[in-house]
Amino acid sequence: MVNLLKLIFMNLFRQPATRLYPFVKREPFKGGRFSLDMDPALCIYCGICQRRCPANAIVVSREPKSWTMDPYKCIVCGYCAEVCPKKCIYMRNTSVEVK
Amino acid sequence: MVNTTLIPFGPQHPVLPEPIQLRLVLEDEKVVEALPAIGYIHRGLEKVAEKKDFIQTTYLAERICGICSFIHSLCYCQGIETIMGIEVPDRAKYLRVIWSEVHRIHSHLLFLGLLADAFGFENLFMQSWRCREYVLDIMEKTAGARVMLGTCQIGGVKRDIPDDLLKETLKTLDLLEKEFTEFIPGFLNDYSIKKRLIGVGVVSKEQAHVLGAVGPVARASGVEMDFRTTGYAAYKDLGFKMVVEKTGDSYGRMKVRLLEMYESMRLVREAIKKLPAGPLSVEVKGNPNGEYASRVEQPRGEVVYFLKANGTKNLDRFRVRTPTFANLAPLLQMLPGCQLSDVPVIVISIDPCISCTER
Repeated sequence: MVNLLKLIFMNLFRQPATRLYPFVKREPFKGGRFSLDMDPALCIYCGICQRRCPANAIVVSREPKSWTMDPYKCIVCGYCAEVCPKKCIYMRNTSVEVK
Repeated sequence: MVNTTLIPFGPQHPVLPEPIQLRLVLEDEKVVEALPAIGYIHRGLEKVAEKKDFIQTTYLAERICGICSFIHSLCYCQGIETIMGIEVPDRAKYLRVIWSEVHRIHSHLLFLGLLADAFGFENLFMQSWRCREYVLDIMEKTAGARVMLGTCQIGGVKRDIPDDLLKETLKTLDLLEKEFTEFIPGFLNDYSIKKRLIGVGVVSKEQAHVLGAVGPVARASGVEMDFRTTGYAAYKDLGFKMVVEKTGDSYGRMKVRLLEMYESMRLVREAIKKLPAGPLSVEVKGNPNGEYASRVEQPRGEVVYFLKANGTKNLDRFRVRTPTFANLAPLLQMLPGCQLSDVPVIVISIDPCISCTER
């Protein structure tokens, strides 16, 4: 009974454990791996990312120049960003906003 | 007159996070036999591993389980490193221990929540999972993801944890320990929880040994078996102490996990204190050639990876024996003689991970 009373009083003055989402949002942590993006200005279309991708999610073509990633196949492991010689593939710490 | 009934428990059942079917033969309300049926989420990962190169398989191994993912990739990497004769830098070994033990804490908190949910104590379920968020935050800050860390690689680790994050991790662990200690008496001393768990689903020490129980199921029955005692990665320098109970019932299995969390927190603190400076990984040259059975201790018990390489980039064989598979035989020993209403609690008390089991 004493324990229970203590808990009741503590709960009266405690902050809630949850956030009032979507009005209060948590800032994403630095270095998070949430989504994959590519800067086409830097890409040399070498195709290393396509060969290394464990999920076969990336398709690269030299002629015509194209780089496509299937977001439903991507497992967000970051291996492509790691092996990219030009570092044009990078991981964002936020998810892609659906418009 | 005794009525014999056959009840299919699962594959869809409120307490089961993953599908497994247990065909229960009942005499009135008492279970006399249980027959398991698995195969609902078989993904053929072992075959896929033969098609990928041995570095890509690290990511595949990590995705065998959605809870102890880092430890799966650690087991795979240690196996390949042994085949190729790679010596991992000390800092990488310590970082591997930190992430492994953080994973163990999060897995045990998840288990406690599921167990509380199984016996209908929603408040404890919420408290456990609220505390689990602290651990997931540690993982997200240090590795970039909540569960699929992707930091283990053959030859070491990919990411370093900077000093400020190590300090933050220690602070979060202190907070976690404080809040966790607040609700532990709820699990250990509550009258109704004791009624539901003590003496339910008993496996004796001999039975646990003969049936090949691993992990907390074996340790709750008094079998002193924990692969961390062999000192893989950096465990040999951290003074690991095993948690063993003698009761062999559901309460014992819960208590082993509760106490193991304190040991895991101690190991993380110790590893952070002793973390040596140095490189994170060594370069991997060539392809593996040979075979090796790699073993590590997961939150649910010992996992065994049999790896056979042939000198090319693809593996010949990639075989995984996960702890839940080993614990299914003791589970079938626990069920006969119990009441139908105790079946959910007993099933959850072995902390089943079916997607691991079926791969």
